[in-house]
Amino acid sequence: MYTKKVLDHFRKPQNFGKMDKPDGVGKVGNIVCGDVMWLYIKVEKNKNSNDIIKDIKFETFGCVAAIATSSAVTQIAKGKTLDKALTIEKSTIINSLGALPPIKIHCSVLAVDALNEAIYDYLDKSHMNIPVDLAKKHQKLQIEKEIVDDKYKDWINTEEKLHQHE
Amino acid sequence: MKKIYFDYAATTPVDKQVLKIMLPYFDKIFANTSSIHSFGVKADQALEASRKKIADLLRVEARDIIFTGSATESNNLAIKGFAFANKNKGNHILVSSVEHDCVLGSARWLKTQGFEVDFIPVEKDGTVKVDFIKKSIRKETILVSVIHANNEIGTINPIKEIGEICKQNKVIFHTDAVQSFGKISIDIKQNNIDMLTASSHKMYGPKGAALLYVKKGINLTPILHGGGHERGLRSSTVNVAAIVGFAKACELSFRQMNTEAKRLIKLRDKLIQGILATIPDSHLNGNPNKRLPNNINVRFDGIEGEGLVMLLDEKGIACSTGSACSSASLSPSHVLLACGIDAGHAHGSLRISLGRWTQEEDIRYMLEVLPSVVKRLRKISPFYKKGN
Repeated sequence: MYTKKVLDHFRKPQNFGKMDKPDGVGKVGNIVCGDVMWLYIKVEKNKNSNDIIKDIKFETFGCVAAIATSSAVTQIAKGKTLDKALTIEKSTIINSLGALPPIKIHCSVLAVDALNEAIYDYLDKSHMNIPVDLAKKHQKLQIEKEIVDDKYKDWINTEEKLHQHE
Repeated sequence: MKKIYFDYAATTPVDKQVLKIMLPYFDKIFANTSSIHSFGVKADQALEASRKKIADLLRVEARDIIFTGSATESNNLAIKGFAFANKNKGNHILVSSVEHDCVLGSARWLKTQGFEVDFIPVEKDGTVKVDFIKKSIRKETILVSVIHANNEIGTINPIKEIGEICKQNKVIFHTDAVQSFGKISIDIKQNNIDMLTASSHKMYGPKGAALLYVKKGINLTPILHGGGHERGLRSSTVNVAAIVGFAKACELSFRQMNTEAKRLIKLRDKLIQGILATIPDSHLNGNPNKRLPNNINVRFDGIEGEGLVMLLDEKGIACSTGSACSSASLSPSHVLLACGIDAGHAHGSLRISLGRWTQEEDIRYMLEVLPSVVKRLRKISPFYKKGN
């Protein structure tokens, strides 16, 4: 069902764990659907004064594919400029993993969303220019989130309760 | 590496004694049971002897056993076949909300055909609410279907009580006994069961054989029309080898039922207690006592089941999960949700089902491996930060 690369990432996930004082955080997915990804980035300037992703970490509640795509996206994005990181698509992740079963494609979408949201969060917090496409994606995700939250109100409360374990 | 199969509720290996008895029916006694030559007669005799053997174990008439190809087919025949043959009597059906998908799917489809279906809710441990059945039966009600023991969480339902209610109200009672058949005793007559489903491959018989017990006098509309096999209720060339194997599997299971149940309950409870004691924030799904001797279903806060199954597989252990991730619907187990377990927790459920070849050392190995696997996934999860 899964390629060797998917299983390798799942067995030895790269860049997992919480990050202290991240510059940007992207939280996507929904516990009802079984996949939640939280992605943290630290941003620094490179020698050309471009923002790059200096460090990146993830925390994921989800299936094998969710964990593998989280790990893969962090590996691909690490060290890239923000502009370059924003060009990562679901196909970038799927190709890097060899393949994903059709019903798991949404996991790669989720990983891209998480990265985009983390970059959006960083740009927003630092009052920087947000590319139009990125702003649009963020808006779309917000609307989707509201719909899902409304549909699964009771279950979302549970998600928050679970998180209070921290 | 150790290889341990803990998924007997999904399917079982064929017992060697069963396999041995089946073999001649592939190449020696292979004929069509409908043929009138001596070859056919021999095959037909084997079929009828198998029917008689199972009927005797169940203490029912042989003619009331219909052989089918799968439990899914038996349940479809029971639900849809009964509804269509009896729609002049009423159009209301009650099925429990923790049925197998083949019963739920049949019932939902009947809704598109002019039938009204109510889904019986369950208690937190998965026991169907008997009062709901009492309250919901009305003059249009023709059928109640309640699973004997649930396939995911192993909860055993009070079928005697339900059978009694159905008898008093002259409503037909069907029970899907796929998981309990041959594992715990079931008295069809005392429990007022009108129809019962059982399957060969869940009890060390081959796949491709199942049965539907249909009490004399109950009319069903066949789903498969054709050559008129099985009293016209299930046309298809008869799979004699599989049915002979099924009968032998029944004989073996019924013979050792009580001692095997005792043995498995001991192993089951040892594993349950071990898990709850060694893994923080783990919970048992279902009822601690009213459960199948071989079923364990636990959930772990903060993690998802597919990863759990995969990591266990790498340690040589086969289990299954009620998580949505391997299903296309993206919704977790309807059984766990019906028990009031929220989606987040339902995703983290693990079913461990024991069987004829489960030994104490398998339980020990599982208890060695499982805590570290849970811990590993919790480290990656945003929803579990205790103990880090």
